[in-house]
Amino acid sequence: MPELVNLSIDGQPVCVPAGTTLLEAAQTIGIDIPTICYHEATTSNALCRICVVEVEGSRTLVPACVAQAGEGMRVQTASQRVVRARRTILEMLAASVDLSEAPDIQQMMAEYQADPQRFPEAERRELPVIDDNPMYIRDYSKCILCWRCVQVCAEDVQYTYALNFKNRGYETQISTFFDKPLPETTCVFCGQCVGVCPTNALKPKRQWLLEHGHRPDEVMEMTRTQRRRRDRSQAALAAGPSNA
Amino acid sequence: MIKSHSIVRTTCPYCGVGCTLDLHIQDQVIYRVTSPFDSVVNRGNLCVKGRFGYDFIYSKKRVTVPLIRKTPQKPGERKQAFDLSEWDKVSWDEALDYVADRLVDIYQKHGPNAMATYCCAKATNEDNYLLQKLFRSQFRTNNVDHCTRLCHAASVVALQMAIGSAAMSNTAAEVADSDVFIVTGSNTTENHPIVALQMKAAVRKRGAKMIVVDPRRIELVDFAELWLPEKPGTDVAVFSAMAHVILKEKLYNQAFIDERTENFEAFAASMEKFTPEFAEAVSGVDRELIIKAARLYATARNAAIFWALGIPESSHGTDNALSLINLALLTGHIGRRGTGLNPLRGQNNVQGASDSGAMPWHYPGYQRVDQEESARRWEQAWNIEPGGLNRSLGLTTTEILSSVGSPGGVRALYIMGENPMMSEPNLNLTRKHMEGLEFLAAQDLFITESAAYADVFLPAASWAEKDGTFTNTDRRVQLVRKAISPPGKARADWEIICDLAKRIESRLGRPGTSFWDYTHPSEIMAEMGSVVPEYRGVKYERLEKAGLQTPVPDDQHPGTPFLYSDSFPRGRGKFHPLDYHPAAESTDEEYPFILTTGRVLEHWHGGSLTRNASLNEIFPEALVEINPADAARLGIEDGSAVRVTSRRGSIVLRARVTIKANPGVVFIPFHFAEAAANLLTIDVLDPLAKIPEYKACAVRVVKAREDELPLPDARLIRGRY
Repeated sequence: MPELVNLSIDGQPVCVPAGTTLLEAAQTIGIDIPTICYHEATTSNALCRICVVEVEGSRTLVPACVAQAGEGMRVQTASQRVVRARRTILEMLAASVDLSEAPDIQQMMAEYQADPQRFPEAERRELPVIDDNPMYIRDYSKCILCWRCVQVCAEDVQYTYALNFKNRGYETQISTFFDKPLPETTCVFCGQCVGVCPTNALKPKRQWLLEHGHRPDEVMEMTRTQRRRRDRSQAALAAGPSNA
Repeated sequence: MIKSHSIVRTTCPYCGVGCTLDLHIQDQVIYRVTSPFDSVVNRGNLCVKGRFGYDFIYSKKRVTVPLIRKTPQKPGERKQAFDLSEWDKVSWDEALDYVADRLVDIYQKHGPNAMATYCCAKATNEDNYLLQKLFRSQFRTNNVDHCTRLCHAASVVALQMAIGSAAMSNTAAEVADSDVFIVTGSNTTENHPIVALQMKAAVRKRGAKMIVVDPRRIELVDFAELWLPEKPGTDVAVFSAMAHVILKEKLYNQAFIDERTENFEAFAASMEKFTPEFAEAVSGVDRELIIKAARLYATARNAAIFWALGIPESSHGTDNALSLINLALLTGHIGRRGTGLNPLRGQNNVQGASDSGAMPWHYPGYQRVDQEESARRWEQAWNIEPGGLNRSLGLTTTEILSSVGSPGGVRALYIMGENPMMSEPNLNLTRKHMEGLEFLAAQDLFITESAAYADVFLPAASWAEKDGTFTNTDRRVQLVRKAISPPGKARADWEIICDLAKRIESRLGRPGTSFWDYTHPSEIMAEMGSVVPEYRGVKYERLEKAGLQTPVPDDQHPGTPFLYSDSFPRGRGKFHPLDYHPAAESTDEEYPFILTTGRVLEHWHGGSLTRNASLNEIFPEALVEINPADAARLGIEDGSAVRVTSRRGSIVLRARVTIKANPGVVFIPFHFAEAAANLLTIDVLDPLAKIPEYKACAVRVVKAREDELPLPDARLIRGRY
């Protein structure tokens, strides 16, 4: 018999097996705490902090995706302090990252009345799209560093370890070892990373080409002749302007 | 950002795992593939082929209108025509009338033995059921087979001999409940990627111990407790030596042997000679590893054996598989969750094609063609006069081709989605047989190396363009849903077959005998299920959520995750005494290397799909894997051109110097027409299963010049192992 824990969430009594997270415990009584970096198929890391809740007696707000339900806990999932924290997180994200293709986050911003212009001096991430293989592109201007791609490439799913962090602090980015193009890494192009990216920073190349106005038959041709075109253009560059 | 017009859920067309795919479509363009995270098969995970490799559907090389050869082809002088200029574009009526005329003409002149068909392990159950129905009911022949003959035929024969049934006994995902499992003859990370993920998780997250028995240092070796690097062709010695140890150290399951098996005495006696010393001498595996492996497997709580083509694709493939079955029967590791005998079937629907009767010795449901009761049952189902169906065993794929040109041999061949000019062994000989055919019809997506020989080409719909079902490797029947329209005049395979069947029936003077007027594939499955007990409860409405694992004996039955918990289909499991035989062709001074063939992650089999997809961009040319020590001795550098020659053929390709290859053994994948590995392989067959020995033949490797390479510009640096 698993040990049971009794606590209260938003004033309602909840009884769950020991080890249940606050996020899961809230779900059992129909309370959906918002999440961004959390994914059912990856290990929770409490990176985005959007799921924070107020726990009586705790100095700081507590991330519900990793915090385990404790006996006698009294949890508020939408107190003023929690709402203000969530709004600020969303405003910071909006100020630094391109969220134009993250409809779930945009919806959250509307719900929390987040003001995307609140930090006009913020440094925006503006990075060129990395297009180094025919399968998927990497647009790190959209990356919120949720870590899901790194995790599914590592022990959560693939054990392939092609993607990881580079740099530190605010300069942190997702990359490959020594910035090598993906075909030269251990990547097997399973696309697990594309499947979990919440902001379309990782996107199938065909979708990206269609969105950029290419015709479907062009798109299919382009992903099948990538190497040839790249080799030709590199050869033309090497040959010099007179051979354009 | 694109908003899809529709998202259609279907099943992947590539490998036997059968992952759930969600196709995102706008204006008939599939622009993205995702997978639901609650899929019981793959939990949202895919491989490069399923996720990105569907674009062969849109290749400009796809044929979308029926074709007839401009120049009539004569037997013995048949030529390949890859270019459309050598074909006339015709209507469906003209094409099918022509096929019917020629087939009926040959049948009436030369009888059932002249007729043969290759069914398709990539096509749906419904497609295969109908094609074997056509050839059996109309042309009264059992010369019906498909590529399983070249794949797991020996596993199937061995399992039927020992157990009475031929499929994976457990579900792949149950590896999570195994504390020990053997993986042999399977490069799982490349050929059953999702199963490999489950195996890796079992090892890293649940402490399972994996034993890899393989002539190559495959990726799974990084996760293995033990790696037994055997010489190709020595499986019987290695696994029987393990049985020898288990017998000597009394680690066997006496209760299981007493209650559930027979023939133990004869088996135990024949294992006497398989000492670890003997096995070490023939296989090169350190005897200590064999002993450790035996103890680990026997003393586990739940142990499973997974195998792929390294076991059956041998001149003694049936014996190889029997040596594995003996181990499971000896230790009782079968009939429970997390145990079992698990042949990993290759194609998306090879299990289904076999279940659906695309077999020379069996009707659908493995009912023997030479048993009066089975024949009468199908005569009734298909409205054939009593005694009408052929009671003799038919020819297998390799036998069908080798009979061409001989008296009483096959003259007319109808190929649905199979490419013998890439998949049969000893292609120079295969070519002669193909050239000798009197009539050849090809039903396919592309003019493949085989279809190029045909008199008629019938353009078929791809998996995304028709409805039907696939049965995956762990017996799960899943729905295939039509997501986009077939291009041009291409039609679903089952529709083509029905149309053709009616024309044949009327020419044979028996119009309206069997039923061909299905309006939807679900009706075809219902007909098959009415005569095949394992599929009786398989109805499309019941497959909507997660498919069903056969046997499904009735409409209420929830399907069967693992088999044999109480008994085996033949009653008791049978032990088989074994003798050691090496591979058919041994190495010598002239041909000092062993060539073993197989596949790579990015490509599929004959390459007709993947060489026409973006997958080709990340693996554009054939590579021969050679061990660093061997390469150094021969002066071969990584990426340089080499010539590999056997007694049967010769190819030039790039070398990949890697520790993945063991000393003395080289590996070439068989996907590349311009450097076809099967030009080198040997056409020796296992005597019981008639499956060729793709996994061992003798070759020599010498340096070649860059300009001798068929694709000198194709070089790509890849970092994956």
